[in-house]
Amino acid sequence: MMGILQTAATKSPWIVHFDCGSCNGCDIEILACLTPLYDVERFGVLNVGNPKHADILVVSGTANYRNARVLRNVYDQMPWPKAVVAVGACASTGGIFRNCYNTLGGVDKVIPVDVYVPGCAAKPEAIMEGVLQAVQVLEKRKETGETYAG
Amino acid sequence: MAKKTILPFGPQHPVLPEPIQLQLVMEDEIVVEAIPAIGYVHRGLEKLTETKAIAENIFVVERICGICSFMHALCYCQGIESLMNITVPDRSRFLRVIWGELHRLHSHHLWLGLLADAFGFESLFMQCWRNREMVMDIMEMTAGSRVIISTNALGGVRRDIDSDQQKFILNSLNKLQEELDNIKRVFSDDYTVNKRLVDVAVISKEDAHELGAVGPVMRASGLSFDYRTTGYAAYNELDFEPIVEQSGDCYARMMVRLRECYQSIDIIRQAFAKLPEGPIASPVKGFPSGEIATRVEQPRGEVLYYIKANGTNHLDRLRVRTPTFANIPALLKMVKGLTLADIPIAILSIDPCISCTER
Repeated sequence: MMGILQTAATKSPWIVHFDCGSCNGCDIEILACLTPLYDVERFGVLNVGNPKHADILVVSGTANYRNARVLRNVYDQMPWPKAVVAVGACASTGGIFRNCYNTLGGVDKVIPVDVYVPGCAAKPEAIMEGVLQAVQVLEKRKETGETYAG
Repeated sequence: MAKKTILPFGPQHPVLPEPIQLQLVMEDEIVVEAIPAIGYVHRGLEKLTETKAIAENIFVVERICGICSFMHALCYCQGIESLMNITVPDRSRFLRVIWGELHRLHSHHLWLGLLADAFGFESLFMQCWRNREMVMDIMEMTAGSRVIISTNALGGVRRDIDSDQQKFILNSLNKLQEELDNIKRVFSDDYTVNKRLVDVAVISKEDAHELGAVGPVMRASGLSFDYRTTGYAAYNELDFEPIVEQSGDCYARMMVRLRECYQSIDIIRQAFAKLPEGPIASPVKGFPSGEIATRVEQPRGEVLYYIKANGTNHLDRLRVRTPTFANIPALLKMVKGLTLADIPIAILSIDPCISCTER
């Protein structure tokens, strides 16, 4: 049973998107990936609303004091194996907002990040590349039997 | 008397692209009150602008919101320019109108798609976003970037649009208009769409005025006001009328935005027809001083910038009042008495931009 689930996770990864403190630029590009011109569904990627259905968490925007708990909550609810893609400069390092009083910096301050996608705003091509790299991370986790590190 | 329950809606919710929480006080299926909880996207951007140089702030204010980034930069630049008494060259005023209307086009297409998604019409969502890519291609061709185009500069614009590009843009807009005709038929006449939108989340003309609604929310309730009619940039030389609907429900708000897409295409055509030759930017020397409030009509309504400068390269204060913030009181009024299933559509109908609101 576990075998089927893990094959499904790498052949057809489902993503959940969480906007931390993004300016929307990356969010609309993530949505653009799902729409006919880029169409990530041809790789089996499906956007879902429920973190418990998802294999890959796509995060945009900086972590701040208020949303850190929500982000952690979304991440914790996802079943193992899972991977995290930080989309855009803000999610990777804090970007232009890194010195703002309300930001913690990149989302890797809150949850472990596997793939960083650069750009402000990140282009759909780059986001797709990031998600496909996250699939490789999932595959590796399946092969090595790596366990949840928290 | 049914028991009241509080239902948290958000911050992470499939229909919301951005985190906002509404605590819905429910009596059975009916919402009696909505209490907003915001702060998930707050970054402290206004404080950041005080530490950056005045020219650098253009890039900061563009990142208030990725969807209407051009209008934020435009509003900021217009404020600084009028503080420093800079006259912007005619060509750049028209180019600003063109990029501004392109942003309105892509924003409204984006919203129409999200609305279709919210009432479960997946293929219509895909169609809207497919059409939107034509606008995004124009942005990428003219500015090199898709969403945050950074073409505004103090004293004018950073890039020009040459005649080959103009031909491409006008061709794309012709195609876009044909596609708009197709989706307009579905949005305005489809039985299911009407069932979900007509008479949902009504806000009367008086309430819209009293609660300070702006933009399409206000115009859908029969108030004719569009800040573009005051003639900033080159709008005083272009011919257009504010688009007004009377019924004040979700359908009216959708129709206002749909008709504004046609209006934007028309304005861009007019702007290209009148586009004068000449330089695209005036030289800027020195630093501004004094204070000023400037306004610009964004896709979501009017945005207000208050700028206080002290004659150095850093501002004393930058304050932004964004359209979504002005529309939230109207939203809280319109969700009262709705069933839970209509809440996503009511929230989307004001076109919420949380990253604008919280900065």
